[in-house]
Amino acid sequence: MARILFFGRLADLAGGRTRELQIGDSVRNLRELVDLIAKGDARLGAALREKSVQTIINERVSTGEAISDSDEIAFLPPVSGG
Amino acid sequence: MIRISPSPFDPGGELSVFEKAAGDAGAVVSFLGRVRGEETKAAVTALYLEHYPGVTERMLGELETEARGRWAIAEPLIIHRVGELNPGEPIVFVCVSARHRRDAFEAADFLMDYLKTKALFWKKEITSDGERWIEPRAEDYSDAARWNERDKDN
Repeated sequence: MARILFFGRLADLAGGRTRELQIGDSVRNLRELVDLIAKGDARLGAALREKSVQTIINERVSTGEAISDSDEIAFLPPVSGG
Repeated sequence: MIRISPSPFDPGGELSVFEKAAGDAGAVVSFLGRVRGEETKAAVTALYLEHYPGVTERMLGELETEARGRWAIAEPLIIHRVGELNPGEPIVFVCVSARHRRDAFEAADFLMDYLKTKALFWKKEITSDGERWIEPRAEDYSDAARWNERDKDN
């Protein structure tokens, strides 16, 4: 199971901060993951596709896009600390 | 030192501990950020802050290392609140010590610019008009960009 994390307004849209998702063989990269989420929730899918949204895979800023069923994938909207 | 705090902290007490640890450093600069009581005319009743546990702390640690590479400073102190906060409450506290004031001022300024635009925190404002997630203002981004421009000049 992949673990999906949502922060800020994305967590509000997703209705929770974490989601366990069986991604199987059909999802090999971030784009396909977002497509899968969008199938169940078009509004959330659109929000995840916004340019300002960053992703972190297994706690590292993602350089590649490949993902697997054992990954933790975090979707981050623009930050607002301080 | 990085501290993400789910409960209120005492900036005066923290500063005094930091000062003692600073030994004979010639300069100590501190910045305290507090929750504003109003935003775009609506009264703020509370602020809610969240972070990415583990990752936020690690990235702030890397930031401290970067600041120490740029300026002759000792290890800075960064305290950042998460959870629910009320107007007037401390939200962020940055302390820097150095032999000379310029290094301490600039490093504190740099750390705050990063905290406003890149550190992994998300802030929701609860006002009399409803709730909204905050995003950095254009000034926050241009403030942060000053440090990159300086890199190009050097």
